[in-house]
Amino acid sequence: MSTPIDYLLHLADNAVVLGQRNAEWCGHGPILEEDMALANVSLDLIGQARLLYQRAAELMGGDATEDKLAYFRGPHEFRNYTLLELPHHGPLVGYAAADRDYATTIVRNFLYSALMVHVWDGLQQSADASLAAIAAKSLKETSYHLHHSRDWLVRMGDGTEESHARAQAAVNHLMPYTEEFWTTSPAEGAAVAAKIGIDVWALRPAWDALVNDALAEATLTRPNFHGYVTEGKIGLHSEHLSYLLGEMQGLARAHPGATW
Amino acid sequence: MYTQAMDIPDDSGKKIAAVSSAPSDQEAAFEARIDADGRIEPQDWMPDAYRKTLVRQISQHAHSEIVGMLPEGNWISRAPSLKRKAILIAKVQDEGGHGLYLYSAAETLGTSRDQMLDALHSGKAKYSSIFNYPTLNWADVGVIGWLVDGAAIMNQVPLCRCSYGPYARAMVRVCKEESFHQRQGYEALLVMMKGTDEQRAMVQDAVNRYWWKCLAMFGPPDADSPHSAQGMRWGIKRISNDDLRQKFIDATVPQAKVLGVTLPDPELKWNEARGHYDYGQIDWAEFWNTVEGNGPCNKERLATRVKAHNDGQWVRDAAQAYARKQKERALKEAA
Repeated sequence: MSTPIDYLLHLADNAVVLGQRNAEWCGHGPILEEDMALANVSLDLIGQARLLYQRAAELMGGDATEDKLAYFRGPHEFRNYTLLELPHHGPLVGYAAADRDYATTIVRNFLYSALMVHVWDGLQQSADASLAAIAAKSLKETSYHLHHSRDWLVRMGDGTEESHARAQAAVNHLMPYTEEFWTTSPAEGAAVAAKIGIDVWALRPAWDALVNDALAEATLTRPNFHGYVTEGKIGLHSEHLSYLLGEMQGLARAHPGATW
Repeated sequence: MYTQAMDIPDDSGKKIAAVSSAPSDQEAAFEARIDADGRIEPQDWMPDAYRKTLVRQISQHAHSEIVGMLPEGNWISRAPSLKRKAILIAKVQDEGGHGLYLYSAAETLGTSRDQMLDALHSGKAKYSSIFNYPTLNWADVGVIGWLVDGAAIMNQVPLCRCSYGPYARAMVRVCKEESFHQRQGYEALLVMMKGTDEQRAMVQDAVNRYWWKCLAMFGPPDADSPHSAQGMRWGIKRISNDDLRQKFIDATVPQAKVLGVTLPDPELKWNEARGHYDYGQIDWAEFWNTVEGNGPCNKERLATRVKAHNDGQWVRDAAQAYARKQKERALKEAA
C-alpha cells in the first residue's frame, strides 16, 4: 500500500544515497577546491535527507526516527533511483574494484540535479506544508549542485581528448538509468493524487532541454536509449546498494538502541 | 585541526641563508618592526631566513590540514547517525578550507601551491605526525576533536599574533573553527559516555591511544627544539613547546574528569608547589620514529595524497584546456 510516506522516503533515500556517494570523495578529490565542493554537495543532500526522514517519522508516529529510517531499513526497503547508488566508475558488478572516476560523479550529479531543480520547484506548492518548506530550501541547494556539475561537465566535454572521452563514457553509462525518472511508481501516483507530490513525467521536456543544451555545449553526444529500465524506486535495486548500506549502517546496527 | 610545534625540521627549505644580502637599513627597519610587535606584510622586505622559516611552517601547517582530512574522513561513510555524519563532513570540509587559506598565505611569500604539494608528495615536507596514527573506532572522531583540536588551539591561538600578517589573519579564522570542532568533539564523547558500556569502552580506548600522541604534538622539549629561539625572536613563535604542553595538560585534566575517562598516565597529579599537573615521560623515540616516516600510517597517508593528486591530473588538465579555449574564443570574437 502506498501512502505519502513512501513518497517522502523516495525523496529522502535519493538524498541520503547520493550524499553518501559524494562524501566518498572527501580527501580524494582532484583538487582541494573540489574536495570541498563535493563535501558541500554531500552536506546539502544529507541535510535534505534528514528533514525528509524527520517529516516521514512524524507522519509515521510511534518510535520512528530519522535514524531508524536511514539505518534500520534494508536495501529492498530503500526507494531511491538506482542511478544514485552506482559506484563512481563504469559498469562493473557489485564486488568488482575500480578507481573512482570523477566524470561519473559529475555526470550523475548533473543528471540528477537537472531533474531535482524542477522537482523541488514544483514541490514548493505541495499540499504538505512541511514538504513545501523543505522543497524551497532544497531548491536553492540543488541550483548550486546543478551549476557546479554543469560547469564541470562542459569543462570535461570541451577540455582535453581524455576528459572528453571520460565524460562521454560516463554519459553513455549513466543516461539509461535516467529512464527510471519517467516511470510512475505507486508511491508517486498516490502522492500526485493527494497533491503532495508532483508528476515527474510532466517535467521531462524541461529536463531534456537542460540536458541537451549542456551536452551540446560540452560537445558530447546523447546516446539513444534501448534496454532495461531500472526500478530502484520500487525497491528493486542494483547489486551496489547493499554494499553502500552495509557500510553506512554497520556501526549503527552493531549498537541498536544506542544514542550518538 | 593541526598542531605540532611547527619547527620540525624537514628537507623542503634546506640551505637557509644565514646572512641576508639586503642593505642594512632594510634589515634595521624589519628588526624595528619586529621589536615593536608590528606586522610584516607580503610586500615588505624580510630576511631570506624569515621567509623560508615561514614557508616551511605555513606549508607544514597546510599539509597537516589536508593529510588530517584522511583519518577522520575514514569514518564519514560509517558515522552512526545522520546528524554525526553531517557534523563530521562539515568538520573535515573545514580542515580542507584551512588548508586552502594556509596555502594562500604561504603563496604570498612567493612559493606556489604546486611547489608545496610537490614537496609534500616527494616526502621532503613534513606534516603533523599525529595523523600517522590510525582511527580505529568511532570515538576516535570525538577524541580527535577534543584532544587533537584542543592541542591545536593551544598552539595556534598564539599564532594569531604571529608577526607575519597573512598567517596571523588566517589563524584567527582557523582558531574560531577549531574551537567549534573541539566543543563538538567533546559533546559527542559526553553523549557516548552517557550511553552503553560498549560506547564508554570505545571512548576510553580512543583516549588511551591518543593521549600521549597529543602531548608529543607540542614538539620536542624546549632544550631540544632547534628552531624555537629564532622563531621566538622573530615573533613567529610566541610560547615555548613545554609551556604550551603544560597549559594543555592543565586545561584537559578537569575536562577528562567531567567526561569520566582516565588519562593513561599514572604519574599525572596536581603539584601544589608548581601550580601545575606533573606528568610522565613522553616516548620521544617513538615520536621521532614516526616523524621520520616509520609510524603505523605514514605510507598510507602519503600514498593516498599522491594517488588523489595523480588521479586528478586529467581533471585539472581539462579545466585548464577549457579555460584556454574560452580565452582563445573570446580573443577571436574581439578581433
